[in-house]
Amino acid sequence: MSNTGQSGGSSSIDMSQFYQVFFEEAEEHLSNMESLLLSIDPAEASGEELNAIFRAAHSIKGGSGTFGFNDMTEVTHILESLLDRVRKNEMILTTEMVDALLASGDVLKAQLARHRGQGGEPPDASGVCERVKSLMNAGGAKASAPAKTASSSQHAAERDLEIRFPEPAADVDAAAVQDLYDTIGQLGAMTGEIESKDGQRSFQYRTRKSDKELRNLFAFVCDTQAVEIIDPQRAKAEDEAGFGLFGDAEPAKDDSFGFFDELPALPSATTVKDDSFGFFGDDAPGLPASVKSAAAPAADPSIGRRATDHAAADARSGRRETDKNVAAAQDTSIRVSVEKVDQLINQVGELVITQAMLAQAVSKLDPLLFQQMLSGMADLERNTRDLQESVMSIRMLPIGFVFKRFPRMVRDLAGKLNKQVQLLTEGEGTELDKGLIEKIADPLNHLIRNSVDHGIEMPDARVAAGKPAQGTVTLRASHQGGSILIEVVDDGKGLDREKILAKGRERGLPVSDSMSDGEVWGLIFEAGFSTADKVTDISGRGVGMDVVKRNIAELGGTVEIESATGHGTRMKVRLPLTLAIIDGMSVAVGEDVYIIPLATVVESLQAGSRAVRSVAGGGFVVEIRDEYLPVISLHDLFPNDTAAKNESKEGIMLVVESEGVKNAFLVDELLGQQQVVVKSLESNYRRVPGVSGATIMGDGRVALILDVPTLVRMSRH
Amino acid sequence: MSKTILAVDDSASIRQMVAFTLKGAGYNVVEASDGEEGLAKAKAGGVNLVLTDQNMPKMDGLSLVRALRAMPQYAGTPILMLTTESSDAMKADGKAAGATGWMVKPFDPPKLLEIVKKVLG
Amino acid sequence: MSKIDAASHGTIHAGEFLTFVLGSEEYGIDILKVQEIRGYDAVTRIANAPAFIKGVINLRGIIVPIVDLRLKFQVGEALYNDFTVVIILNVSNRTVGVVVDGVSDVMALTADQIRPAPEFGAAVDTRYLTGLAAVEERMLILLDIEGLMSSGDLALTDAAADEAIAA
Repeated sequence: MSNTGQSGGSSSIDMSQFYQVFFEEAEEHLSNMESLLLSIDPAEASGEELNAIFRAAHSIKGGSGTFGFNDMTEVTHILESLLDRVRKNEMILTTEMVDALLASGDVLKAQLARHRGQGGEPPDASGVCERVKSLMNAGGAKASAPAKTASSSQHAAERDLEIRFPEPAADVDAAAVQDLYDTIGQLGAMTGEIESKDGQRSFQYRTRKSDKELRNLFAFVCDTQAVEIIDPQRAKAEDEAGFGLFGDAEPAKDDSFGFFDELPALPSATTVKDDSFGFFGDDAPGLPASVKSAAAPAADPSIGRRATDHAAADARSGRRETDKNVAAAQDTSIRVSVEKVDQLINQVGELVITQAMLAQAVSKLDPLLFQQMLSGMADLERNTRDLQESVMSIRMLPIGFVFKRFPRMVRDLAGKLNKQVQLLTEGEGTELDKGLIEKIADPLNHLIRNSVDHGIEMPDARVAAGKPAQGTVTLRASHQGGSILIEVVDDGKGLDREKILAKGRERGLPVSDSMSDGEVWGLIFEAGFSTADKVTDISGRGVGMDVVKRNIAELGGTVEIESATGHGTRMKVRLPLTLAIIDGMSVAVGEDVYIIPLATVVESLQAGSRAVRSVAGGGFVVEIRDEYLPVISLHDLFPNDTAAKNESKEGIMLVVESEGVKNAFLVDELLGQQQVVVKSLESNYRRVPGVSGATIMGDGRVALILDVPTLVRMSRH
Repeated sequence: MSKTILAVDDSASIRQMVAFTLKGAGYNVVEASDGEEGLAKAKAGGVNLVLTDQNMPKMDGLSLVRALRAMPQYAGTPILMLTTESSDAMKADGKAAGATGWMVKPFDPPKLLEIVKKVLG
Repeated sequence: MSKIDAASHGTIHAGEFLTFVLGSEEYGIDILKVQEIRGYDAVTRIANAPAFIKGVINLRGIIVPIVDLRLKFQVGEALYNDFTVVIILNVSNRTVGVVVDGVSDVMALTADQIRPAPEFGAAVDTRYLTGLAAVEERMLILLDIEGLMSSGDLALTDAAADEAIAA
C-alpha cells in the first residue's frame, strides 16, 4: 500500500490539535467494531448489527481521511466496501469475512498506535486488504446482481473515456497493478495503449461502468481521488455550465462540490471545475441570491431569507429558554483528562488529612464552651466524607472495560489449541477504580489463559467425561462490602491434588498429605511451579501464578482457588475498591504507630485471654475457638527500643486473614480505626518489606501501612 | 451580527475541526452529534446554515434535512450535506430531501471556508 | 595543576553553595539542589533500615526519607535538639532530607577559589568530593550531593540498593 504516513497539511490551521480526539474516537470505534464482530452470528446477522459495523468503519475512515492518516483510510475504505455490500444484502456474511474483518481491525489498531507515537512494527496492511478484497471478489461472484450497480449499468450507455491515474508508488505491489488491469479489462475495453507521461498513466477506455465504480478499482494502486475520468462528451457540457450538473447523470470532473442544478454565468470562483461541492439547483432552498443566476426564475430567495431572519429574530428571544431545554435533553457527559481527576483526588485526600488534623486538635476543647465549633466539625467531617466518596466515584469505571478484551483472546487461544471454549461474562457493570482496572487486566488475562489452556479439556475428552464439547469460562464481578470480587470459573478438569502435592515435594516445599485442599491449591502460587505436562508458550512456563499473586497483592488484593477434580476450578480475586484510601486499624508497637488494612482484620482480643503455646522449632500459636493460629509479634518484625509488651502477656492479638489463612498479630495497643489516605513510600524512598505504603495521621505524623501477606511470609523465615 | 452555523457530525474530531475553522472566521458554531440532536438544536432557532454528515446514529443526514425543511423557519435556510462521494444517487437523494448542496469529505479548512462564505457571505 | 586536569572527581563548578557543618568540618553543596531547611521533628522510624536512615517525615503531604549524615560518616555526635537542622534536597527527581549539625550560609564561589579535592583524608568518601574552597579562614569541602544521595552507599532507592548488592 502507499504511504503509512499522512498527507501534507493543507492550511494555516494546525490540524494536530484535533488528533487526540480523533485517536480516542477511532479507538472507541475499533473497540466497538471488534465487540460487534465477536458477538455477531454470520448465519443470523441482523441489519442493525451490520449497519453498526459499517458505520464504525465508515466513521474511522471519515476522520482518518480528514486528518490525513492515509494508511488507515485505505484499510477502512476496503472494509467499508465489503461491509456496504454485506449490509445491502449483496453479499452474505461468512466466518472467513468476520475473521478477515477482525484481522483488519488489528491492523488499524496497530496503525493507530503508531500514529499516536506508541511505536511498534508497521502492520501488514496490504496483506489484510488483499484478504478482504479476495473475499469480496469471491463473494461477488455468488451474490445476486447487486441492485445498485445494476441500475447504474442499466442507465449507463457505453462511454468512451480517458482515464488518468498517478504513476503507482514504488511500494505498490506489482501484482495489484496487474490485477487492476485485468479487472479493467473485464469491465470494459481498453481501446489503446497505456501511456505514461509526467508521472501519470493514461489510457482510452470504453465501458458502461460509472465513474465511482471505476475509481474504486484503483484502490490498491493509488489514491482513488487522484484518478481522473475524462468523458469528452461531458467535458464539453461542463465547460458551459462551469459546475457539476445535477440534472445530468454524469458527475463533473472534480466532483467534490456542486450545486444541484445547472447554473450558467457565475462569478469567477465557479469556473473551477470542482465537483467537491455544489448546490442542488438554482432553486435549491436556502441558496442565497448572490449565487443564483439572474436569468433563472428561481423561487424568490429573499423570501426564504426574510423568513429565516424573522425566525432568527423570534428565536433569539426565546433562545436561551430553548437552549436550556435542548441542553437538558442531551447526553450529559463530558470528557475530562485523567490528570485533572487525579489532581482532584489528591486535593480531596489532602482535605481529608487536614480535616482529621483539625478534628484531633478540636477534640481537646471543652465541649460546652466550644459547642458550635464541635458541631461545625461534625458537619465538616460529614461533608468531607461525602465529597470524598463523590470524587472517588469519578474514577470508577465499569469492569466491563477490562472484560471486553477477553472474548477475543479466548476465541484466538481456543482456536490455536483446537479447543472449543466460550467466555461468559457477568457483572460487567461492577465499578472499580480506574487505576485498578489497568492493573488488574494482566493478572486476569493470565488466569483466563490458564483456564483455557490447563483447565478446559480437549473436546473429545470432555465428551468422554459426559460434558458438552464446548467448555465454558465464566468471568464474574460483584461488589462485596468494601471490596470487589472477580471470579474466573471454568468447567474444566479441575486441579489434581496428587500431582500438585507431588510437585510440591519435588520442589522441597513443606507439604503433607494432611494439608487442606485450599492449602494444596495455594501451592501453585509458589514461584516456578507448574504442573503442565509440556511447556506451552501460552501459559505453561511456570512463571505465571506467583507473578499473578504478587501483582494482585500489590493492588491490596488477594487471590484464592477452589477446585473440584473433574468439575472445574474457581479463582477468586478480591480487590479493595480504591487504591488511594483504605480503612485502617491503627496499632501501637512501642512508640511506633502502624496501620493494618481493616479488610484483613477479623477480630481483636486481649493477648492474655487466650492460651498461647510454644511450638517445636520456635514460635507460638494462640488457640482461638478450636483453631491454632500462628502468633506474629510485630515487635519482632519491627524492632524498636521499647520492650515488647508481649513479654508479660499483655498487649492485643489481632486476628488477621489473608490469602485464606489466619494469623494473630501481637501488638501493644489498638489505637483506633480510621480511613487513611495511602501515600507512596517509594516515590522518594524504596520498597520496605512488609510495608505497602504510608499515611499521615491526624497529628501530622507518618504511619506505615502494613502489607499483611508479606509480613506473614516474613514471619515464617 | 455574526451568522450561526449548525455542524452535525457523529465524529467529534471532525466537528471540532469544523467548529474551530468557522469560529476562527468569525462565525458562531453550534455542534450536534447526530440528526436528533441537530434537529433539537435547530429548533432552538437562529441557525443560518446547516452542515450535516449523512451517516449518523439515531437520525441520518437526509432525515434531518427533510425534518428541517418541514419547519417553516428553515424552509429557506442553506443546508449542505457532507458526503463521502458525489455520485448521482447522492445527488438525487439530496435534492429530493431538499438540501441546498453538498460538500465531499474529506475537505480541508480553506475549502470549507470558501464554500461557507459563498453561501452565507 | 590546572582545574580541568584535577577534575577527576567530577566537574568543579563555580556557583552558589549552601554551607553546613558536619562534625568538625564545613561542607558546601549546590544551592540549586536545596529545597528548604527545617528542624528535626516527628520522624517515623523505618524498622530494619540502617541506622543512618532515621525514617520518614510528612513534608506537606509527601513522605520524605531522612538520612543522618553524621551517622553515616561517623562524624561528631548525632544530637537531636532544637538546633538540629534538616536540609531538604531535591535530587534526581526525589525529595530527601539530610540531618546535619548546622547550616552556615549561602556563598557564591568563583572558579579560582576552588581547588581540586584531596585524594584521601576526608570523612566523606572522596568519590563524592568535587573540590575544596578556601574562603577567608574557612575551608569548605564541596560535595556532589546528588551523586551521594543516589549512591549504593546510602541505598535510598531500590536501584541504588541493587547496585550496592551487586558491587
